[in-house]
Amino acid sequence: MLVFLTRRIVAGLVLIVVVSAVTFSLVYSDGERIARLILGPNADQAAVVQRAQELGLNEPLLVQFFVWFGNLLHGDLGRSFSNHRPVIETLVNRVPVTLALVGLTLLVTLIFAVIIGLLSAYKGGWVDSGLRTFGVFGFATPHFLLAIGLVVLFAITLGILPATGYIPPAKSPSGWIQSLILPVTALAIGTIASASQQVRGAVLDVMKQDYIRTLRSRGVPLRAIYLRHALKNASAPGLTTLGLQFVALLGGAVVIEQIFALPGIGSLVIVSALKSDIPIIMGTVLFLVVVVVIVNIVVDLAIAWANPKSRV
Amino acid sequence: MSREATPLLQVKDLAVEYRSSGWRRPANRVLHNVSLDIHEGETLGLVGESGSGKTTLGRSILGLVPVASGQIIYDGRDITRARRRARRALAKEIQVVFQDPYSSLNPSLLVSDILSEPLRAAGIGGAESRRRVRELLDRVGMPADASERYPVEFSGGQRQRIAIARALALEPRLIICDEPVSALDLSTQARVLDLLIDIQERTGVTLLVISHDLSVIRAVCHRVAVMFKGEIVEQGSTSSVINHPTQMYTKKLLLAAPVTDPDEQRERREARRLLAETEAVA
Amino acid sequence: MSGEPAALGTPELPTFIRQGTFRRLAKMPTVWIATVILFTALFFSFFGALLAPFDPNFTDLNMVNMAPFASDFLLGGDRAGRDIFSRLLVATSNTIGGAAIAVSISVAIGASIGLMAGYYGRVFDALGAWLSNLIQALPGIIVLIAVYVVAGPSTVTSMIVVGILIAPVYFRLMRNVVISVRNELYVDAARVSGLSDIRIMSRHIFVVVRAPIIIEMAYIAGIALVIQATLEFIGLGSPENPTWGGMLQDSFNALYISPFAILWPALSIILTVLAFVFLSNAVRDTLGDPRSSGGKARKAIVSTPDSRATADAGSTHAFLTVRDLSVAYPLSKNESRTVVNKVNLEVNRGEVLGLVGESGSGKTQTAFAILGLLPPEAIVDSGRIVLGSTPLLGLTEKKLNALRGSEIAYVPQEPMSNLDPAFTVGQQFGYAMRKKLGLSKAQSRERALSLLARVNINDPERVYDYYPHQLSGGMAQRVLIAIAVSCDPELLIADEPTTALDVTVQAEVLDLLRGLQQERSMALILVTHNFGVVADICDRVAVMKDGEIVETGDTRKIVKHPEHPYTQLLLSSVLDNVPMRAPLEPQAEVRA
Repeated sequence: MLVFLTRRIVAGLVLIVVVSAVTFSLVYSDGERIARLILGPNADQAAVVQRAQELGLNEPLLVQFFVWFGNLLHGDLGRSFSNHRPVIETLVNRVPVTLALVGLTLLVTLIFAVIIGLLSAYKGGWVDSGLRTFGVFGFATPHFLLAIGLVVLFAITLGILPATGYIPPAKSPSGWIQSLILPVTALAIGTIASASQQVRGAVLDVMKQDYIRTLRSRGVPLRAIYLRHALKNASAPGLTTLGLQFVALLGGAVVIEQIFALPGIGSLVIVSALKSDIPIIMGTVLFLVVVVVIVNIVVDLAIAWANPKSRV
Repeated sequence: MSREATPLLQVKDLAVEYRSSGWRRPANRVLHNVSLDIHEGETLGLVGESGSGKTTLGRSILGLVPVASGQIIYDGRDITRARRRARRALAKEIQVVFQDPYSSLNPSLLVSDILSEPLRAAGIGGAESRRRVRELLDRVGMPADASERYPVEFSGGQRQRIAIARALALEPRLIICDEPVSALDLSTQARVLDLLIDIQERTGVTLLVISHDLSVIRAVCHRVAVMFKGEIVEQGSTSSVINHPTQMYTKKLLLAAPVTDPDEQRERREARRLLAETEAVA
Repeated sequence: MSGEPAALGTPELPTFIRQGTFRRLAKMPTVWIATVILFTALFFSFFGALLAPFDPNFTDLNMVNMAPFASDFLLGGDRAGRDIFSRLLVATSNTIGGAAIAVSISVAIGASIGLMAGYYGRVFDALGAWLSNLIQALPGIIVLIAVYVVAGPSTVTSMIVVGILIAPVYFRLMRNVVISVRNELYVDAARVSGLSDIRIMSRHIFVVVRAPIIIEMAYIAGIALVIQATLEFIGLGSPENPTWGGMLQDSFNALYISPFAILWPALSIILTVLAFVFLSNAVRDTLGDPRSSGGKARKAIVSTPDSRATADAGSTHAFLTVRDLSVAYPLSKNESRTVVNKVNLEVNRGEVLGLVGESGSGKTQTAFAILGLLPPEAIVDSGRIVLGSTPLLGLTEKKLNALRGSEIAYVPQEPMSNLDPAFTVGQQFGYAMRKKLGLSKAQSRERALSLLARVNINDPERVYDYYPHQLSGGMAQRVLIAIAVSCDPELLIADEPTTALDVTVQAEVLDLLRGLQQERSMALILVTHNFGVVADICDRVAVMKDGEIVETGDTRKIVKHPEHPYTQLLLSSVLDNVPMRAPLEPQAEVRA
């Protein structure tokens, strides 16, 4: 188990280095362009060249990367081009919002996907076809359209929930929940739709296995078979998709934060992209990859729990 | 068992390993220094239980698994690590009949396509190919109209006949039959084995029959090699191995297979118990 | 059915296109609607610019935020006073073209690498898997935003990147399908037949992968469309041309003034995506994906007039009595296939009955009918099954569960697939003993350990904590037997219990079954195709053929003097009775 864990952690670190290297070489490929971005479009060409020199942007890409990476190990991600504050400070302010949004969505997804998937597999018939149709619609409707629909319905027409904005939990716990209800719903419906179909398919696959019939032959009631055996066996494929869903959720959060004006990583990255604020983009990519790596390790551990065969 | 004539196929000190997943773990050796000869026109049986390496031996002769060490010599030529081109040329010499006639025939192809596949690979096409397909079906006792149907439409025994026809298509000198009847019903087993014997008597083809079932070996093989844990523990003529086994494992194998006569079976059971006791003492 | 030897796998792959697929698809209304929508979108993507009544960038200040159906601007005007309908039409080509780029790139990259990885394995596989994991670990939108920073707004660039990001879907699909086909014996046979790799791929592998690739294409087009609209919506689309996502952003910003404007781009996106997804699902279902039908394992339909009648079968004193049992499976609405036909059986306490037959004889179906474990689509036509004095047919699942385990128990054919891989041996013992015998956790552990020792497992303490994959086939079968007898059943039904085992292990397992049966004087029904097994253990035999019992009687009598021609045929086919092959021609031996 320890070997398994170390191997996953090493693989994760490699992934982090590779992704940051690739992203770095993409965005830092043209030093003068960056210097111009910092100084603004009206700057003098000589000043641009000089600034690039100062910032070390003329060094070979590999050297620049090692400098960046060395600073990273000291917890320094550079300063934003636009407001010149440390990137790390901005991230620390923004991260909790995104984590709250994505974490809550994941929790809601987990609960509803398991319930809907099990129900669909257990009941069959019209319940199943109804839930499956919901699955297709939920899957096919883009997050942002759903978000718009929710805003129109609950915020504009009914006026029962805030349309936009974010209230930190320290300020008002109930306000925090209220400000997250619509964003989480918008983000979760699509995920629930596809995850519940995965659960359903995995449960049905398990129920076709020989050992299910053998369990029934011992007088184990169907309900117990579904809840204990089918669910545990179905959780390995289910968890794998949940890991992938999480990555997709991080992407979805970008749009949702933009629509609901939540001050998270997502809205930060969009604004920074439009302003070409490269240090922020680099910092965000790094942060997200680290989160993804951690989540994948957790998922792998969970799969090892569910599927003893994978514990190597 | 040394004969002057060169054997058609010689296996010398053959070892096969499966690489296990993960880099550091040692490879899993499934065949240890196996040697055997097969002479032109004979049927050699390879008997053993699961994990004995009998199927791996067959597949390594066919070039379907890589060899770790040792040699496979066919008709004087070393084919141990034959390259793709040379291996493809061997299609005319060595053929195979697999255990499972359900997965050994592609369900989406017509029987005529399945049978003409080796012919086309050998450059035989058109009318000649169609004539040969008819002839092959006839030789394995299938009606000519079978060629325009799909494998799904046939029973297990009929499918195995089609698989045999495919093996015969290029008129090979050696056919490796890997558990040729173990997926078939009892009443078809005997008939498929009869077909194999009949074909051998008419064409003089050499057969290597791999089976876990001693009664299959007994019915079709001139000689038999007993495999256990990747090694050949005993070999000899079928009658001597079956009637006078020398190795403990062979004796156990012989006594373990139940016979249909309840009284005889009771005696065998008793004999098996005694054997187990003597083994425990030893 | 499941009584066949284990080697008989699924006879055909579910994914290859059979005749009639298109005919069946054409009958589904969703398929029609989806096709019409997609063709409309395709049509407008070519001719939208020509058909648009206005130039997409033509502005008329009178038309700013104009309501729909109120002017020349059919669907109203946007907040710059441009015709929404014209913009919508012109934007179609951008949208569909973008999706086409993403799909082609992902198929080209993913499928080709997947094919190589699946067919050649090793380096290709490791590299492909690593790349695919890498890509899947990246949040797509973030990557696209990073690309935007470097390359600026460009639909083509971003859709190429989307194609690369989606390529792992194809990679995995292709790799898995190719590996499963590659392991098919017919591919080995093709190699032995001398076919080149290219021929094998085109002839045997392409046939199987083309259907899933097509299904996935529609689905991926849908995803690409959503990603594209998302990018445009957050303002990272190309600004010169109108786009659906861009129009959505415009109208979202004017949501309070002109709420209807948002409807048109939203509808266009949703309808097109839905059409792609529904089409993909319909094709998948039609090609017989087993996941298309749900439903719990209901009890088989029992339609017997006197199923609840009391046991007037008490006239015989057998422990288990089966009278006129028939089981059928529906083929279509009016037809059904009978697999068990008016079967009569009796088993006494302490007696071993062999149920012998070839595959398809109905022996396993009979066994499952007694256990009440027939699949839900099975129809029990008529008959009566009485255990002791309890009629079994027509019992509720609850009452049956009370009997299963403690009155009747079952030993399956395949030991490995009949243990739940996610639970230890000890956990698999647990439920039945604690519920049925009311034992505590410690007591049930103790009992399980003694049972494991009884079935000759060397180190019960250790095996108790093993997971099934740590057991050998023989050990797994012993564990299954131990669990089956754990609640002291009166009747044990063993379905081909030794077929999947090696002969030497088979002999030991038969010894074990015989021992347990004698010390507990259980009734034992042994389903088998092997007369040797019958001779070894059975007191009486019933021979089945095509769902009927053709002959029944004392084992010694049936084996030595079979009366029915079918029994005679079976016994004469037993290879033990075939003469030994004569040694090779003398002249060959002479050469020695």
